[in-house]
Amino acid sequence: MPFYLEIIISVSLLTGGVFLLVGSYGLVRLPDIYMRLHSPTKASTLGITGVLIASMFFQSHLKGFLSIQELLITLFLFITAPVAANMIAKTALHHSNKPAEKTQNQALMDTIRDRESPPSNSIK
Amino acid sequence: MLNITIIAVAICICIALILNLWRLLKGPTISDRILALDTMYINAIALILLYGIHARSSLYFEAAVLIAMLGFVSTAALCKYLLRGDIIE
Repeated sequence: MPFYLEIIISVSLLTGGVFLLVGSYGLVRLPDIYMRLHSPTKASTLGITGVLIASMFFQSHLKGFLSIQELLITLFLFITAPVAANMIAKTALHHSNKPAEKTQNQALMDTIRDRESPPSNSIK
Repeated sequence: MLNITIIAVAICICIALILNLWRLLKGPTISDRILALDTMYINAIALILLYGIHARSSLYFEAAVLIAMLGFVSTAALCKYLLRGDIIE
């Protein structure tokens, strides 16, 4: 394997691994479920993209032609991660989970839960 | 150089999986547990792809696609069940 290809694969693998670790660390450290939704759905998606790009370069070298089927998983995760996050947030709202103390506009949570439009003078 | 990188990234992903497992076991609400399970699916995809690079084989890509699809479907099914009390209405 040529040296420049090894460098490209190593850099994207390391980027992906660090972002996956940061996403899972945020899942442990952040205070409430609405904040915890952010770190896995954003940082982990970026991390898995790095690993998939490294895998794409490696498989292209292995097979001898451009292998873009790894981009299929990336595309699938980019489509499904926001949908899954939205459904988890709806579940948390449905169960009336309490947000952290400093969250703004907490009075609007009931209107979101009942799928009503917010009253016009309540948004600060 | 690639072998050292693969070992380092595998350690990162294993620590991430342990952190997810901690949140899955502790999680105060059930939404936390679903979120931790979803993140564990993503980390498992990364670990399988990493093993595919290590073993110099393109066979493990198929397993990664299957895990990605099953992960989304299971998350959607769990959320639907908790939201509506039924998965397919």
